[in-house]
Amino acid sequence: MGLTRRRFLRGVATTAAGAVLGGAAGRARAAPAPIKIGLLLPYSNVYAVLGESITDGLSLVFEQAGGTVAGRRVELIKEDDEVNPQVGLRKAKKLIESDGVDFLVGPVSSGVLAAIRDTVHQARQILIVANAGNDEISRDRCSRYIFRASFSNWQPNAPMGSWVAAHVAKEAYLVAPKYAAGFDMMRAFKETFVAAGGKVVGEDYTPFPVNEDFAPFLTKINQAAPKAVYAFFSGSQAVRFVRQYDEFGLRARSRLCGAGFLTESDVLPAEGQSALGIITGHFYSTLLDNPANKAFVRAFRATYARTPDGFAVQGNDSAQVIVHALTATGGDTRDKARLLEALRGVEFDSPRGRFRFDPRTQNVIQPFVYVREVREVGGELANVVVDRIANVRDPGTGCTLPG
Amino acid sequence: MLLFLLSVGLTLIFGMLGVVNLAHGSFYALGAYAGIAVAVFTRSFWLALCLAPLVVAGVGAAIERSCLRPLYARGPNAQVLLTFGFIYVFDDLLRWLWGSHVRSISPPAALAGVVSLGPGRFPVYRLFVILFGLAVALLLWLALERTRLGAIVRAGVWDAEMTAGLGVNVARVFTAVFAAGAGLAALAGVVAVPIQAAYPGMGVEILVRTLIVVVIGGLGSLEGSLAGSLILGQAETFGKAWLSDSSMFIIYGVMAAVLLLRPTGLFGRALR
Repeated sequence: MGLTRRRFLRGVATTAAGAVLGGAAGRARAAPAPIKIGLLLPYSNVYAVLGESITDGLSLVFEQAGGTVAGRRVELIKEDDEVNPQVGLRKAKKLIESDGVDFLVGPVSSGVLAAIRDTVHQARQILIVANAGNDEISRDRCSRYIFRASFSNWQPNAPMGSWVAAHVAKEAYLVAPKYAAGFDMMRAFKETFVAAGGKVVGEDYTPFPVNEDFAPFLTKINQAAPKAVYAFFSGSQAVRFVRQYDEFGLRARSRLCGAGFLTESDVLPAEGQSALGIITGHFYSTLLDNPANKAFVRAFRATYARTPDGFAVQGNDSAQVIVHALTATGGDTRDKARLLEALRGVEFDSPRGRFRFDPRTQNVIQPFVYVREVREVGGELANVVVDRIANVRDPGTGCTLPG
Repeated sequence: MLLFLLSVGLTLIFGMLGVVNLAHGSFYALGAYAGIAVAVFTRSFWLALCLAPLVVAGVGAAIERSCLRPLYARGPNAQVLLTFGFIYVFDDLLRWLWGSHVRSISPPAALAGVVSLGPGRFPVYRLFVILFGLAVALLLWLALERTRLGAIVRAGVWDAEMTAGLGVNVARVFTAVFAAGAGLAALAGVVAVPIQAAYPGMGVEILVRTLIVVVIGGLGSLEGSLAGSLILGQAETFGKAWLSDSSMFIIYGVMAAVLLLRPTGLFGRALR
C-alpha cells in the first residue's frame, strides 16, 4: 500500500523511457526486440544494501557490453520486493505476466524465493537467483527453470562447521535471525560441527526482519560464556550485531565466527574496529588474487567509488550467466529448451574463480569456500583469507533434475 | 529510553497542535544521519549530539510554518496525509544524500567498555543512554511545570483558542513546540547510532513502536511517554528473551490491554 505512488512514478518513467528509446530505434532500423531482464530485489528495508550491490554488479556487466547482448538491447526493469514474501510474489507476477521478462533475476531473501518458486516454475520462467540461498531450491523444490548464481545456505556453513571445530573451539553458541536462511545456515553448521566433535551450548533465533536490539540475546551469550559464537546476520542487522557484540564486551571472551555476510565489504566500514578478528566462511573475498577479480574490483571501484562485496559478485555472475547463455544461442530466447541447455553449460572466469553450475541441482559449484579473518590491511579493514576448501557443491538431496 | 525521547516529542506535538505527526520517525532518521555527518566531520560525538538536533529542529520549524500551518483548519486527515507524504520525501532524500549503505559511529571513548552490575555485565554506553533519557525527562518536566513558557504550552494543550485570547502568540508557540519535538526525535536518532547504526527505513521501523508508546501512555502526556516507553521496552526485551516466538504479539497485547482498561492511555485525559 505504502509504495503505490513511488511504484506508479517508476512505472511511468520506465514506460516513457521505453517509448522514447523504442521510437528512436524504430526509426533507425527494424531493431530486434530488447532482452527484458526483471530485477526482483529489495531496494528498501533490512536488505536494501544487498539489492543495491547486486544491481550495481549486474549493471556494470551490461554497461561494459555497451548495453547490448548478442545484438539485442538490454532492458532492465527493477521492482522492490521490500524483503516481503507477499510483495515479492505480487511483483514477480507483474514482471512475468505484464512485462513478459525474458529473465528474472533475484531475490535476496530466502522467504521471497520460497514464495515465488511455484509461480516461476509453473510459468516456465527462467529465474537466475542472485542471492537467496534456501537449501530447498537445490533439493526437493529444485526446478529446471531456476539457476542459482549465488550460493545455497549450506555451502558456506557446512565447511565452517568442521573448520571451527578443528581450529577455533569445540563449543559454540549459535545465533541467527528467525527465518528460512537462519535455520538453513545453522543446520548446515551443526551438521559438520557436531560430527567433528563440537558441542552446541546454546542456540537463539532473533526477530526478523525488524530487530534493532540484540541485548537480550547478548546477555544470554554472556552468561553462557562459550568459547565461540557462530552467527549469521546480513545487511543492517550484521552491523548492529557486530557493534553490540563488541559493546557488551564479548569480543575478548568468545570468538565470533559466522557466515561471510557478517563481515562483507558492504557492512565492514560501518562495523569498524568492532569487526576485528571475526572469522567467516564465504565464497569470495575482495582480496582474491586472480585476474578476473582484479579487473572486477578495479572496474567496480572506478564506476561506484567503493569496494565491491560478495553481493556485487553475485550480480556480476548473474549477468555473466545471461550474457554467456545468450551468446551461445545467438540471442535467441524463443527456443526455451535450447536456452535452458545453454544456461546449464555456462562456464566462465568469475571473480570467485571458475564459475559453473552443478548439473544435478543447477546451483553454482563454489570453486572455493574461503575462511577469512577480519584484519587491518593498509589502514583499511579487510577479509583476509586464512584457509580454503575447494569445490563445495550442495548435497542436492531430493532434487530430481536429470543430470 | 530512546523510545521515550521519541514519544515525548510526538506526544507534545499531538497534545499541543493536535497533529499526529507521522513523519516523526523521519526526524529520528534525519537526526541519526545528521549526527553521523557532524561526528565524521568534527570527530566529536558530543558536538553531533548538540548540533544535529538543532538542525533538525530548524527543519521541523520550517515544515510547520510552510506546510502544516495552512492545514490546521482542514482537520486531522489532511495533516496525516501530509506527514505521511513527508515520510517518503525524507526517505528518498536521505537515500539520495547518503546512499543506502549502513553507517555507524563509535561511542565516545569515555563511554566504551562494560561495567559489572550484579550478576551481569552491562555496556557503559547503554547506562549513559538511560541516564541521558532520565535527564532529558527531568529537564522537560521542569521546563513544562516550572517556567512561563511551559505554562503557555500547557495552556495551549488544554485550550489553544483561550490561550490566544490571553494575548499569547499561539502560532509562534506552535512552531516552537513542533521544532522541539523534531529536535527531541533527532536527539534520539544521534544517541541511537552507536547502538543501532543508521540505515534506510530506520525511521519507519521505529515509528510504529513510538505510536504504541504514545497510545499506552496517553496522548499529550509527558509522564505517559515515560511510563509507556518503560513498559514497552520491558515487554519487548523480556518477550524476545523468553518467548521469542511471540515478542511482537506481546507488544500489541500490552497495547490492547491498556486500551481496554483505560481507553485514554495510562496518563491520558478524555479528548476534547
